[in-house]
Amino acid sequence: MMKRTLLIAAAILGLSAPAFAAGETPVPPQLSWSFQGPFGTFDRAQLQRGFKVYREVCASCHGLSYIAFRNLAEPGGPEFSEAQVRALAAEYQIQDGPNEAGDMFERPGRPADRFPSPFPNENAAAAANGGKAPPDLSLIAKARTFERGFPWWITDVFRQYSENGADYLVALLNGYVEPPAGTEVPAGGHWNAYYPGHIIAMPKPVSDGQVEYPRNEAGQPQAPETVEQYARDVTAFLVWTAEPHLEARKRLGFQVMLFLIVLAGLLYFTKKKIWARVGGEVEGHATPPMTHNP
Amino acid sequence: MSQHSTTYVPKSAFGKWFESRLPIAGLVHSSFIAFPVPRNLTYFWTFGAILVFMLVAQILTGVFLAMYYTPNAALAFQSVEHIMRDVNYGWLIRYLHANGASMFFIAVYVHIFRNFYYGSYKAPREVLYILGVIIFLLMMATAFMGYVLPWGQMSFWGATVITNLFSAVPVVGETIVSYLWGGYSVGNPTLNRFFSLHYLLPFMIVGVVILHVWALHVPGQNNPTGIPIKSGKDAVPFTPYATIKDVFAVVVFMIFFAYWVFYIPNYLGHADNYIPANPAVTPAHIVPEWYFLPFYAILRAIPDKLGGVIAMIAAILIWCLMPWLDTSKVRSTAYRPLYKQFFWLFVVVCLLLGWLGSRPAEGWYVIMSQICTAYYFAHFLIVLPVLGFVERPLPLPNSILESVMGVQKGGAGLPSGANAEPQTKG
Repeated sequence: MMKRTLLIAAAILGLSAPAFAAGETPVPPQLSWSFQGPFGTFDRAQLQRGFKVYREVCASCHGLSYIAFRNLAEPGGPEFSEAQVRALAAEYQIQDGPNEAGDMFERPGRPADRFPSPFPNENAAAAANGGKAPPDLSLIAKARTFERGFPWWITDVFRQYSENGADYLVALLNGYVEPPAGTEVPAGGHWNAYYPGHIIAMPKPVSDGQVEYPRNEAGQPQAPETVEQYARDVTAFLVWTAEPHLEARKRLGFQVMLFLIVLAGLLYFTKKKIWARVGGEVEGHATPPMTHNP
Repeated sequence: MSQHSTTYVPKSAFGKWFESRLPIAGLVHSSFIAFPVPRNLTYFWTFGAILVFMLVAQILTGVFLAMYYTPNAALAFQSVEHIMRDVNYGWLIRYLHANGASMFFIAVYVHIFRNFYYGSYKAPREVLYILGVIIFLLMMATAFMGYVLPWGQMSFWGATVITNLFSAVPVVGETIVSYLWGGYSVGNPTLNRFFSLHYLLPFMIVGVVILHVWALHVPGQNNPTGIPIKSGKDAVPFTPYATIKDVFAVVVFMIFFAYWVFYIPNYLGHADNYIPANPAVTPAHIVPEWYFLPFYAILRAIPDKLGGVIAMIAAILIWCLMPWLDTSKVRSTAYRPLYKQFFWLFVVVCLLLGWLGSRPAEGWYVIMSQICTAYYFAHFLIVLPVLGFVERPLPLPNSILESVMGVQKGGAGLPSGANAEPQTKG
């Protein structure tokens, strides 16, 4: 009895993650990210690992059409070397043209090229994926969110919580669990705990050990080769693709804040000094005597 | 003070020559330097300056965005991403512009409710006030069309829902809608004309703002006591006293603005607007921007489409009647103990309407929206006229000076008269 009460309490508090009834979607857990907060920056190694996951797993179905190869070498991102980016781009075949003869042709990619999409057009993508084209991932981390509810939508302003898209993506990638007993999953659909409506067209995309991470001197992988880690890493990478100037934004923001606060302080004392000429600042109205007119 | 009698005396020969041909320096001098300002204004009176700053900021950032933005249904979304990724500091300009719209509305709502609280709409400021309502309507149109331009899912579906409202107009409704669309659904022609109008309307706002400021300088500013300037001791010259206070307030507002831009730039937007517009897929919840939510709640509270549209438009136009609906002779709510309670109740109802506008239109939400909508209109049509007759206001002070300094201090040693020259430096 006691144990059961505790279990229910835990479920209510959201402590036991996989306790969901068929109709409701659980709230994605809030993770800690290197890029959150006013001084957040990306973890380069994590972005590089995340890119590897994108390339080896997601890229077979999902485009990344707003990202050029050169972006991977730019400051504030994964910061691959120029040579690495040139070599990477050259591995892709890019359609170019028309040439002098009027023909389209294929050539090896250059850093200025954008990532080629896995399908020639949206219809082809839909036809190959059961009728619905897999979304482009360039902006996915900003295009997904979940309902925060009262009072969290107010506290989020002060906490600067803007990783809701990232938290949702990690939850989704980890959300391929067994459907509750008695639930029928339609053909072509897959049960996901965090997907709104639970039936998602995308099958479980990645399994433990599927992507090999760079090794350290001891021959150990840089990070655990688990679905959970893959999900975090690819999500961090997708936050960067959605907001490539995030680091510059937060850095400039601090400088702007500092400047404005100092300026406001100086203006405040200037104002006080000016108003002293007329005997100081007086505002508003005296509290009226609480008697009524006769 | 209403004659703009200039005390400006040009010093240079060129100044004299120019002033006798176009007395613009004298106009600026009388309006922004020597203009007498009640000495007891609070920071609620700095929102006029903050709004001017926001208007200029929106126009400047908008002009730069328009250099890179492409108003074409196939390219608009991409061009915004081009600005965000490849244009130098494009992300900054775009986040300033997108969040700037919200900041503009925050400032305008403070400005409007300050006006409601201190009875600034009452005689002799009715024209000034109605010009303000016109500015607000133009702002709403501009903001709505601006939100359509990135051509994301919420842009497209927001445009579809709002433009469809006009079809409720009897007889000519369908024609109006097809002119708005430039076709038979929201599409490329809609985007083109919205872009054109989004660029035009801010300059119309500038025009009405000039009239608004002009109309302000005839009766002068209201103040927290609501009683007019009676002697020179009640006032200080605009420059430097109001100028420095306004500049300080604008900079403090800039800190607030910068916080959103640099730390939570997408908080006030919708995630769905980072998905390119797709006429074949409807988003789960079509919600307007936060600043439209109270009016959206009123729209949906009425079960009839035309009725909802009329109620929504009436909710703003009724403001224009306030100077005549409010029968109280006392301007400032500080001296109206009964109205003070109704004022705050009205604020709560407006906030509640805003929250209801963000909820789906079902169940209790609809009933609460209907109660709040009824109260919203009752505030104007019943509370304002009736309170003027039944309320016994508190005694008004004899002058602004007496109110803020107390009689005993008597305001000794106050040099500036209403039409006095600004203080010499030192």
